Amino acid sequence: MSARPADFPPPFDAEEFIAEAADPADERVDVGALVVGAGPAGLSAAIRLAQLMQERPELGERLGDVPIAVVEKGKAPGAHLLSGAVVNPRAFRQLFLGMHSEDMPFRSRVEREGLYFLTSNRALRLPAPPTMWNHGNYVASLAEIGRWLAERAEELGVTIVPETTARKLLVTGGRVVGIRTGDRGRGRGGEELPNFEPGSDMRTRVTILAEGTQGHLTGVAMSRFGLVSKPQVWALGVKELWEVPRPLNRVIHTMGWPLRGGRRYREFGGSFIYPLDEAHVALGMVVGLDYTDATLSVHDLLQELKGHPFVRRILEGGKRVAWGAKTIPEGGFLALPDRFHFPGGMIVGDGAGLVNVPALKGIHYAMRSGMLAAETAFDALRPGRTPWEPGALEPYDAALRESYVWKDLQRVRNMRPAFKYGFVRGSLLAGAALNSLGKFPPGDLSLESDADVPVFMGNRDRAYPQPDGKLSFDKLSSVYLSGNKTRDDAPSHIRVDDKVRREVAETWAHMCPAQVYEVTGDASPAGNVVDVEVTASNCIQCGAISAKGGRLTPPEGGDGPEYSLM
Amino acid sequence: MKIAVCVKEVPDASAPKRIDPQTFRLDRNVPGALNEFDTHALEEGLRLNEGGGDGEVVAILMGPPKAADSLRKALAIGADRAVHVADDALAGSDLVATTKALAKAIERESPDLVLFGQQSADADGAVLWASVADRLRLPVISQAASLELADGKAKVKRQTEYGYDVIEAPLPCVVAVSDAINEPRYPSLKGIMGAKKKPQDSVALSDLGLGPDDVGEAGSRTEVYAVGEPPARGESRRIEDNGDAAEAILEYLTEKKLV
Amino acid sequence: MSTLVYVEDHEGEPVKGSLGVLSKAATLGDDVAAVLCGSGVEKLGEQVGKHGAKRVLVADDPALEAPLPQPRVDVLTKLIEAEGFDTVLFGASVLTADIAAALASRLDAGLNWDLVDLEEQDGKLVGKRPALQDSVLLDVGWKSEPRLALIRSGTFEPAESGGSAEVSKVEVAIEDWSQQAKMLEQAHEESEGPSIEDADVIVAGGRGLGKPENFSLVEALAKELGGAVAATRAVVDAGWYPYASQVGQTGKTVAPKLYIACGISGAIQHKVGMQSSGTIVAINKDPNAPIFEYSDLGVVGDVHDIVPKLTELVKNRKSG
Repeated sequence: MSARPADFPPPFDAEEFIAEAADPADERVDVGALVVGAGPAGLSAAIRLAQLMQERPELGERLGDVPIAVVEKGKAPGAHLLSGAVVNPRAFRQLFLGMHSEDMPFRSRVEREGLYFLTSNRALRLPAPPTMWNHGNYVASLAEIGRWLAERAEELGVTIVPETTARKLLVTGGRVVGIRTGDRGRGRGGEELPNFEPGSDMRTRVTILAEGTQGHLTGVAMSRFGLVSKPQVWALGVKELWEVPRPLNRVIHTMGWPLRGGRRYREFGGSFIYPLDEAHVALGMVVGLDYTDATLSVHDLLQELKGHPFVRRILEGGKRVAWGAKTIPEGGFLALPDRFHFPGGMIVGDGAGLVNVPALKGIHYAMRSGMLAAETAFDALRPGRTPWEPGALEPYDAALRESYVWKDLQRVRNMRPAFKYGFVRGSLLAGAALNSLGKFPPGDLSLESDADVPVFMGNRDRAYPQPDGKLSFDKLSSVYLSGNKTRDDAPSHIRVDDKVRREVAETWAHMCPAQVYEVTGDASPAGNVVDVEVTASNCIQCGAISAKGGRLTPPEGGDGPEYSLM
Repeated sequence: MKIAVCVKEVPDASAPKRIDPQTFRLDRNVPGALNEFDTHALEEGLRLNEGGGDGEVVAILMGPPKAADSLRKALAIGADRAVHVADDALAGSDLVATTKALAKAIERESPDLVLFGQQSADADGAVLWASVADRLRLPVISQAASLELADGKAKVKRQTEYGYDVIEAPLPCVVAVSDAINEPRYPSLKGIMGAKKKPQDSVALSDLGLGPDDVGEAGSRTEVYAVGEPPARGESRRIEDNGDAAEAILEYLTEKKLV
Repeated sequence: MSTLVYVEDHEGEPVKGSLGVLSKAATLGDDVAAVLCGSGVEKLGEQVGKHGAKRVLVADDPALEAPLPQPRVDVLTKLIEAEGFDTVLFGASVLTADIAAALASRLDAGLNWDLVDLEEQDGKLVGKRPALQDSVLLDVGWKSEPRLALIRSGTFEPAESGGSAEVSKVEVAIEDWSQQAKMLEQAHEESEGPSIEDADVIVAGGRGLGKPENFSLVEALAKELGGAVAATRAVVDAGWYPYASQVGQTGKTVAPKLYIACGISGAIQHKVGMQSSGTIVAINKDPNAPIFEYSDLGVVGDVHDIVPKLTELVKNRKSG
């Protein structure tokens, strides 16, 4: 017996998040260029734009008091950023000409690396495919990179606006003219509390959406302007940071256990274990959300992974100091939007799906796309031109297609989709694709939306370890560690159908790393439809629910996790 | 009227908190945030000045350069001006050293009212206000659950272990507000974006007429010797109910003299 | 070591916390004096004397009638300077926190607060101070004298030492500026049971109660024990009990002598709000509930059976 999450769509309509600009001039805020999201893509766009304006100060003056603004829904830049991460410094070198690697916000250089296939008690070394060669790359904390980029941006005169959500897209005459920020201070039922502060209109000439995975307005814009025709797929990554007594001397990736290779299960993914620096190890489990067993929980698979002797040895004597989770767009080339721009704006970074899954790289693509968008914006803002005239932002799409971002993604385009055929066949196909530099198989394999994959009640959960508070941990104490601060009595920001088939409800309950969803009601109800209880205040905004039949919208500004070294 | 609100920056909620093994002080080399308790004091200051007339709410923060972010947050919420008391020599200041500098900074402003939040999330500033008031020779009222100003006097409902006292003091005076006093406002978008343009003064020790010996470790009268594990809770007992659990609990409580 | 212990009084009685500090001081040295400040408090001197003080100093003056800190600072400053006490201890309260902090400025003296113990190490007085939400314990000390300390409320139990003390009156001279704050109305709380923050006993209910009506079980037990009722975030969210009773990360932090958790799983979000409680008794059906990892007495069983029975037993004990 199985059920499809897509059969229980959430109460969500993109139109709800589109509005006409309404605030009078003295209440609204006007900025020259607006970036939504202070992640690597958004901050690179802001920095690049600021650099260009320094070369042409007269343009900056035309853009008013606040030439460039970046709004960020987290408490501060970095608070919602999470990644492995092994970073290719290429984009840093392009953005900061002449900067030495020692001055870049990286923690350590990749010296050695290994790819391992795990069985339940062994680790077999495999030769790493060229896509995974990391020589010349660096291990870093993305949250730290975000803070660093924010400082560079502010030095260049960019205005960063934290604790502010971009809730609605302002559209006038068929073009995006800015955003409306979210309200703060509403009660559970949406009522205005004593300290209610309404959102404001932010008007701008060009909007760059850099919201990252499952970006809210990115999805709204894609819907309104018909930018996509192929489904995107996601993976969920749950990550921990450990303080360790013995330094780890290599970057490690694993495949195999605890994931199952059978085609029926569609468990694609693996783990990463990176030495952030001599005293810290970052490790995480990443699994594609097209899996079929409703009891699969990436958080618990991570806990299980830590019990493997190979991993245990690395963490021995150590202490967990941070935890978090986030989704990663995995469709790659085959899931890219048809267009990356719309009248008045552009989409950059993870929101545009610019992630190279086989190489596990996305940060330098995010930064590069941000820079390209900034260059197009700058051109479109020059005297005599406007960013919303037809074709004004088309150069961004063209620049992307000419860039290494495009070429890299195209080469590896069939690797991820291959794995829907199971591990063995998938590896063979992927290997062939890789060796032929993408020429084989010719054409494109297809991707299936995660929510369309039927889920069944399996028994994966039998193997999850009982949390012992030392090596393995439960979800609630992990949410606590993420610094999650989301008001208890705020309106729920999560849209789901609250009466769904048991299989779907259990999928959500196990999937969510923050224990937001709980199955309530009778043990064996009629039609196997159960109630779902949602504790939205646990949510760390990883985005998984949006891939599997629900929809995440932004909660109040400042809510959510406060990652510092993720 | 001129209202001075003393604020501080505390380590972020989720930043891995540790006591620095070298200095035995809270490691502040992590992202910080405006102390939540101080937002109540800020809110009260803004509320009192909203009645009209011209007045000024000045946020005063003593902390390292990076604490400027928290000061900016205070401006975003609505303070008119910010004063950052920053000097390397201040690092490692205990209560006595901190209040020496803070009192001088407040004196420079000659405010009509000085507000504090009732405690800080890192428990380092839990008792500042009375100490500052003594240096300024001003009346102090703490644990204010409500505050009214009329005829040059502050009338406060002070929350104690026994209920509420009503205490009155002439201005200028020092009041420490509890978190029950109000619901702090959120900064508006205009507020956040306008914060950078509001005046921010940086004040060094010399501006306060103090020298490095007055503050920091030299000026402190307390020290930390060691960090250790707290004593374990002790024996933990577990029982299963076989119909007699209630009796067993009563016996346990009796043994411990809790009933 | 020459110690002065401030003994707070309320409604004609010395405050228990102060007497506890006095008893502790007596274990650290012989030269212990207690000081009472108020109006008409001389009669408390004898009772105070029984708790370890060699001398009881009484500052008795109408100007000290209201429990305001600043006049007391003037009195204590003079006393400490005249008598040369090297150590001054306070049982923490709203009043004493203000007195001690002001005294620190006045005397340019070190103040350590929130101490849960005091001991002598190598001839030095060392205080134990919890930090980082009670997850570590710091050893703190003083670099000069006099040494001021605020002891966390309820840390030490009063113990009668059987001796008697010499009671003498001290001179009271208060500065004008210290008297500017005036008490208009003093608290005489006569409400229904203690508030959560001040209660010695708290009985708390969680989702394991099953339905909102079952909070009556919690209330009944709290009533018999003279305690307050608390609730977890989950049940407050569900509307079973008001937010004012919520204990936990997003509610209140409490540290009563006894915390009885009924049907509470005890995830960390709740734990951080009550982990400093003196004794934690947990009743839960689920043997794997996290609360059993840090409770002092863990009872695996059904709250619906156990709690009413316990209430009945306590009731009978009181009347019988």
